[in-house]
Amino acid sequence: MLKIKDLHANVEGKEILRGINLEVNAGEVHAIMGPNGSGKSTLASVIAGNETYEVTAGDIFLNGENIEDLSPEERAHNGVFLSFQYPVEIPGVSVTNFMKTAINESRKAKGLEDMPAKDMLKLIRDKSELLEIDRKFLSRSLNEGFSGGEKKRNEIFQMAMLEPKLAILDETDSGLDIDALRIVANGVNKLKSKDNAVVVITHYQRLLEYIVPDFVHVLYNGKIVKSGTKELAMELEEKGYDWIKQEAAV
Amino acid sequence: MDLKDKLVSSFLAFENNVDVHNPVHDVRTEAIKNFETKGFPSRKEEAWKYTSLNSLQKIDFSIFPKKESSLEYKDVKKYFIHQIDTYKIVFIDGVFSSNLSETTHDGVDICLMSSALTKPMYKAVIDVYFNKVASKDESLTTLNTAFSREGAYIYIPKNKVPKKPIEIIHFSTGNDVALMLQPRNLIIAEENSEMQIIERHQSLTSNAVLTNCVTEIFAAKNAIVDYYKVQNDVDSASLVDNTYVDQKDGSHVKVHTFSFGGKLLRNNLNFYQNGERIDSTMKGITIIGDKQHVDHHTLVHHIEPNCESHQDYKGIYADSSTGVFNGKIIVDKIAQKTNAFQKNNNILISDKATINTKPQLEIFADDVKCSHGCTIGQLDEEALFYLQSRGIPKKEARALLMYAFANNVLESVSIPELKVRINKLIANKLGVNLGFDL
Ligand SMILES: Nc1ncnc2c1ncn2[C@@H]1O[C@H](COP(=O)(O)OP(=O)(O)OP(=O)(O)O)[C@@H](O)[C@H]1O
Ligand SMILES: [Mg+2]
Repeated sequence: MLKIKDLHANVEGKEILRGINLEVNAGEVHAIMGPNGSGKSTLASVIAGNETYEVTAGDIFLNGENIEDLSPEERAHNGVFLSFQYPVEIPGVSVTNFMKTAINESRKAKGLEDMPAKDMLKLIRDKSELLEIDRKFLSRSLNEGFSGGEKKRNEIFQMAMLEPKLAILDETDSGLDIDALRIVANGVNKLKSKDNAVVVITHYQRLLEYIVPDFVHVLYNGKIVKSGTKELAMELEEKGYDWIKQEAAV
Repeated sequence: MDLKDKLVSSFLAFENNVDVHNPVHDVRTEAIKNFETKGFPSRKEEAWKYTSLNSLQKIDFSIFPKKESSLEYKDVKKYFIHQIDTYKIVFIDGVFSSNLSETTHDGVDICLMSSALTKPMYKAVIDVYFNKVASKDESLTTLNTAFSREGAYIYIPKNKVPKKPIEIIHFSTGNDVALMLQPRNLIIAEENSEMQIIERHQSLTSNAVLTNCVTEIFAAKNAIVDYYKVQNDVDSASLVDNTYVDQKDGSHVKVHTFSFGGKLLRNNLNFYQNGERIDSTMKGITIIGDKQHVDHHTLVHHIEPNCESHQDYKGIYADSSTGVFNGKIIVDKIAQKTNAFQKNNNILISDKATINTKPQLEIFADDVKCSHGCTIGQLDEEALFYLQSRGIPKKEARALLMYAFANNVLESVSIPELKVRINKLIANKLGVNLGFDL
């Protein structure tokens, strides 16, 4: 599904990603961990097509196709979804209108008619129930004044609405209380199937108890320095990153 | 002959067609003298620093239409808020069109300035109100006063509310190569009365039009006047709009100005708060491009204590368009407990677009709450990426952000069909169809 080869990326002339290699197949869950500032969010943004970051070398393939020249919206139409670490506040656009626009623009890109209003309402109702989101919430301006946890829950609501092939969840667990974490993880697990894949970026083992990864990678200094299975996450939780940093320095 | 000389000499011809013995004519005569002395404002004057009328003065405007024209309703229906029933006061090339209009004298007067200025039954009202709040000094206002003869006359007596909103529309047909229009409106809301007005100036061809309009609004105790100016004219039409509002105790007057088109638009909005517990609201959305120019000059004069004023202007400027916002707030020494708020936020979506924005506060009282804020920015790139990452194409995402930016100004529009219309005009202006109304 996703194949990243020797990916290098800069921001403002500074190299942040220094040769990432990663392969994610349909049906898999991958976790990416790593110290603050190591480049996890940058990697997620680059996959989603954020032009703030300049790809200087390497390739990203989505279902075998090089997506270098695709705009963020085209990547979204091809099934990429990024749950933002810091969702952007957009005053003046309600959650509902935003979702309607997003869904219908994706349909338009696929040559489909707008979703009938009735179906749209039902979809919104079903997905907001799944994530236990109050209806009143949906008429509020997107992310404006949302609490940290509400923003994250709203990201997963959007994911549930858009049903992506490849979901990248950037620290979706941070800011969630214990109940919300369970609800959000449940939302993610509902979407999981053999046809799609999830990449979870997290600092904590806790989320991985709900969304169980097939592989765990450690990103440090712009490179994946270690990969393993879910046991690696437990080891990191126990020991921290010092030993990884030492290994990487050797 | 330059336009000033032409206007001054046309005054003689104008006098052949009005009753020079009517006291109103003394007002006109006084006014033309003032204009003759002052002439058109130049950029040397502070208030006209960023707006030049020079190129307009070079056009050979007809001061009176050469012949009467008529229009079919079906051809101009789209300029009305036709989804609802309204009173209509319609002019074609400055001349009242009875077949497009729907006036009334049923408990309220929604009719013509020409009748009000000439018929004895209106004399008492004219004596009290005509040219009483309009400036006797500002040159374009006095020019309008000199030629005042036609326009809308609206008189809502105590405790009355007209059954429906009132539309005032001026069409120009292009029968003249270039036409200057000078409508004069007088709007009186007596105690506890209420009204909604929509005003529009619309040219139907690419022939040049210059409109120099003056509207006087009097809101008596507890009256409510809700006024909407829809400015979406063609690129050959220019408008100088002078609105003067006199408010008494507890009255609420709101003016919304939607500026989406025209060659040059200058809005002079002047509010005088002659009473307590008054609320004055001025809101605007400006979305222009090409070489269009929009200039908003507002004035609120807080004369008595315990009043409020609210100003919220949003502007989006593309291409080589230029914008001006100048908001003057005067708080007199005795006007304690005044709340005066002013906001002007702008987005420039092209390197060549410019905006000059300036608050002008003259506060002489000490117990007041005043806030003002001007911002000039670009579209938020991070927000743009967020929307795109959800599958919304860049063009639509930009439009959505611009909509969102301007949107809160629409919240106070009290005619739903008008709100829908404005939303459509905005979508049109941004070249998108978002499939919903914000
Ligand atoms: N737009 C930007 N401009 C400048 N520097 C940036 C930008 N984006 C990222 N960086 C820098 O790149 C590095 C990697 O940042 P990134 O956000 O990818 O880290 P992260 O691994 O997600 O960290 P965290 O765990 O704290 O979320 C940091 O040093 C950061 O300051
Ligand atoms: Mg991060």
